[in-house]
Amino acid sequence: MSHPSQAGHAHGAGAHDSHDGSEHAHDGSLRGYLTGFALAVILTVIPFWLVMGPVSLSHQTIILIVLGLAAVQIVVHMVFFLHLDTRSENGWNMLALIFTLVLVAIVLGASIWVMYNENANMMPMSPQYQHQKPGS
Amino acid sequence: MPDRSAFWNFLLGRLSLSSLPLHNSIVVGTFIVVAIGGAAVLGLVTWHRKWGYLWREWFTSVDHKKLGIMYMIFATVMLFRGFADAIMMRSQQAIAFGSNMGYLPPHHYDQIFTAHGAIMIFFVAMAYIVGLMNFAVPLQIGARDVAFPFLNNFSFWLTVSGGMLFMASLFIGDFSHAGWLGYPPVSELQQSPGPGVDYYIWGLQLSGLGTLLTGINFVVTIIKLRAPGMTLMKMPMFTWTSLATSGLIVVTFPILTATLFLLSLDRYIGTHFFTNGFGGNVMMYINLIWIWGHPEVYILILPLFGVYSEIVSTFSGKRLFGYSSMVYATVSIMILSYLVWLHHFFTMGSGADVNSFFALTTMMISIPTGVKIFNWLFTMYRGRVNFDVPMLWTMGFLLTFTIGGMTGVMLSVAPADFLLHNSLFLVAHFHNVIIGGVVFGVFAGINYWFPKAFGFRLDPFWGKLSFWFWQIGFWVAFGPLYVLGLMGVTRRLSHFTDPSLQIWFIIAAFGAFLILLGIAAFVIQIVVSIRRREALAVGNDPWGGRTLEWAASSPPPPYNFAFIPRVHERDTWTDMKESGYQRPLQGFNDIHMPKSTAAGMVLSGLGFVFGFAMVWYIWWLAALSFVALIVAAIVHTFNYDRDGHISADEVSEFEHSGNWEPKARGAIA
Repeated sequence: MSHPSQAGHAHGAGAHDSHDGSEHAHDGSLRGYLTGFALAVILTVIPFWLVMGPVSLSHQTIILIVLGLAAVQIVVHMVFFLHLDTRSENGWNMLALIFTLVLVAIVLGASIWVMYNENANMMPMSPQYQHQKPGS
Repeated sequence: MPDRSAFWNFLLGRLSLSSLPLHNSIVVGTFIVVAIGGAAVLGLVTWHRKWGYLWREWFTSVDHKKLGIMYMIFATVMLFRGFADAIMMRSQQAIAFGSNMGYLPPHHYDQIFTAHGAIMIFFVAMAYIVGLMNFAVPLQIGARDVAFPFLNNFSFWLTVSGGMLFMASLFIGDFSHAGWLGYPPVSELQQSPGPGVDYYIWGLQLSGLGTLLTGINFVVTIIKLRAPGMTLMKMPMFTWTSLATSGLIVVTFPILTATLFLLSLDRYIGTHFFTNGFGGNVMMYINLIWIWGHPEVYILILPLFGVYSEIVSTFSGKRLFGYSSMVYATVSIMILSYLVWLHHFFTMGSGADVNSFFALTTMMISIPTGVKIFNWLFTMYRGRVNFDVPMLWTMGFLLTFTIGGMTGVMLSVAPADFLLHNSLFLVAHFHNVIIGGVVFGVFAGINYWFPKAFGFRLDPFWGKLSFWFWQIGFWVAFGPLYVLGLMGVTRRLSHFTDPSLQIWFIIAAFGAFLILLGIAAFVIQIVVSIRRREALAVGNDPWGGRTLEWAASSPPPPYNFAFIPRVHERDTWTDMKESGYQRPLQGFNDIHMPKSTAAGMVLSGLGFVFGFAMVWYIWWLAALSFVALIVAAIVHTFNYDRDGHISADEVSEFEHSGNWEPKARGAIA
C-alpha cells in the first residue's frame, strides 16, 4: 500500500504535509514575558541584596544561596524566554536539553574527578616552582 | 628570520624565502610532481572549457548529491596524500637499522607521522563519512535536499580550506611534529616555535567548524524532513546511524574547538593553560582532547555500521535481523562513547579507582558492538547471499573488525595497557578497527551507491582485486606490528638499534605495498568503469534495494522525488515493489528548490586567508580577512534571491527520461 502523496509540495526540501513550526503554543505572549521579567528581576535583586545589604549570614551560606538562585534563574530564562517545555518541537527540544545536561554533567564531573586524582598522585612540586609567576 | 626592513616584516610577518623547504629534496621533488600534475589538471579543464560548468554545476551547487560526490573526491585525494605519508614511514622503518639512518631525518619523520594521522582522520575518514551521509540520507528519508542546503555547501568548502592549509604546510614552512593530537608541551611555543603547529590548529579549526555545521544540518534534516509516515523506527539503519553520528558531532566538536583555541591562546598571547610551568596543566589538554577524541572514533564508525546494515540485508535478500536491537545498540554506543575517554591515558596516573571505572565502561561498549555483529551474521543466515563487491567488503569487515575489537578489549584492561600503551600494538589495534571498519565500509558504500550516483555500476573485477589487495595487505602490514608491539617496540620511532626486529618491519612494508596495489586497483576500477559505462549501465534498482534511494532514478533528478513517497513499512522500497507500485508519469507540479550560491566558497576562501595569515603572523592580513569574513557573512544574509523553481514541464521531462532504464541515460549528473 504505497501511494505517492499527490499533493504537490511547493516547498523544496520540506517534506511534511503540515507546515512545521506554524503553531507554537508558547510563542511570546506579553503576559509570559512579563512574568519571566518579574521573576528574573526578583532572582537578581535577592543575590544583590545578599551581597551588598546588611546581611549577617556566613560567607559560605551566601555563596550557596546565590548559586542556587542562579540555577533557578537559568530555568526561568529557559521556560519564559526560550519557551522550553515538554511539548515544543514534539519533545525534541526537551530531549536535546536532557542529552546536553547529561553530557555536561559527565564531562565536568568526570574531568574534575580525573584531574583531582591525577593531581593527588603527582609527584609533589617544590613550593618555589608551584608559585612561580610569569616574568618572575 | 633574516634581516630585513620593518616594512617587509609588517607585510609578510615571519614568512620569508627561507620558509620554503628548498633544502629538502624529497619535498622539492613532491612539489615538482604536484605542480606538474596540478598544471595538467588545470590545463585540461581550461582546454575543455569546463570552468563555467564546474563553477555552476558543482562548486556553487547546494545539491546534497553533488556535495556528497565532491566530498568523496576530496577525501580520495587526501587519501593519496595520507597514504604517501604512510608508505614513507613504512619504508623508513624497514631500512633504518644500526648504522643506516634511513632517508628521513627525525625532524621530517615526525612531521610525516603527524600529517598522516591528522589527514587520515580529519580529511579522509571524516570527509568520506560526511560524503556518504550527504549523498544517501536525504534520498533514504524521501527528502528533496538537506534542511539547510547553503550551510551544506559552506561546510564542504570549510573542510576543503582546512585541508588546503594542511597541504600548504607541505611546501611553505613545515608541519606540526607533535603527533596527530598535538599534545603539549611539545605543541607549545617553546618546543615548537615554527609555523607547523599553527598550520595544524587553523586547519583543524576551519574543518572542525565545517563538520559541526554538517552535524547540525543532518540532525535537523533527519528529524524534520522525513517523508510522511516514516516514524523513527521505520527509518533505514544508515539514517539512524547518521543521526547518532550527527548528534555526537554537535556535542563533541565544540570541545575540540575550545581545546585548540586554548592551545592557540598559549601560543599567540602567552597564556599558560597547558604549559609546563606557571600553573599550566598539560594533563588537562590530554583530558579535554580525548573527551572529543573518543566520541570521534564512534562518529567515524557509526555511519559505516549503517552502511554494512544496508548492504547485508540487501545482498542477503532479507530484512535486517534485529532492527530494534540495532537501533538501541546504536543509541547506547552513542551515550557510552562519552564514558570511556580515559582509556587513552590509563598510564597518566589517575589511580586504581578511576582506571577501573573507565576500564569497565570500555569493556561494556563492546557489548552493543557485539550485538551488531551477531545481527549481521543472523541477517545472512539462511539468506541468499550475493557475494558482489559491496558484500565482499562487508565480509572482510566482519572478520577484520571483530579481531580489532578484541585487541581493543585487551587494551582496555588497565594493567595490560601499562605494557601496551604507546606501543606498536596500539598502532596495530586502531588501524585494525579504522581500516577494517571505516575504510572497508567506505569502499563498500562507494561500490554500493555508485550506480545510484552515476547510473552505471563499478567494474566488479577491479573491485574484487582492490578488495583482496586491501584485505591481505592489511594483515601483512599490521600483523607484524602486533608482534612488535607485544615485544615492546614503541611507536613513532624513526630508527632502531636491534637488528632482530628488522624482518618484521620489512614484512610490514611489503604489506603497505600490497595496500598500495589495492588503492591502485581502486583508481583503475573507477577509470575502467567510466570507460565501460555503457556496458555497466544499470537502472534505478541494480541490487534489489530495500530503501527509498532505490526508488529514485539513477542518477536521481535534482529534486530527487517528483512526489514525496508515503511510508508504510520499514523497508519502504521493498514494500512499494511488493504492493505493485506504479511510478506516476503525469500530474506533476512545479518544485521549489534552493538556488546555487558562491557564498560558501567566498566565506571559506576568506577563512583560508585568515588561517594562513595567522600562521605566518601577518597581522594586517588576518585582521582584514577576518573583517571581510564577517562582512561577507552579513552581506549574504541580505541575499533574498535564494529560491528557484523546477517547472512541471521540466519535471515531466526528467521523469520520462531514460534514467530509469540501463543504457539510455540522460546527462543529469
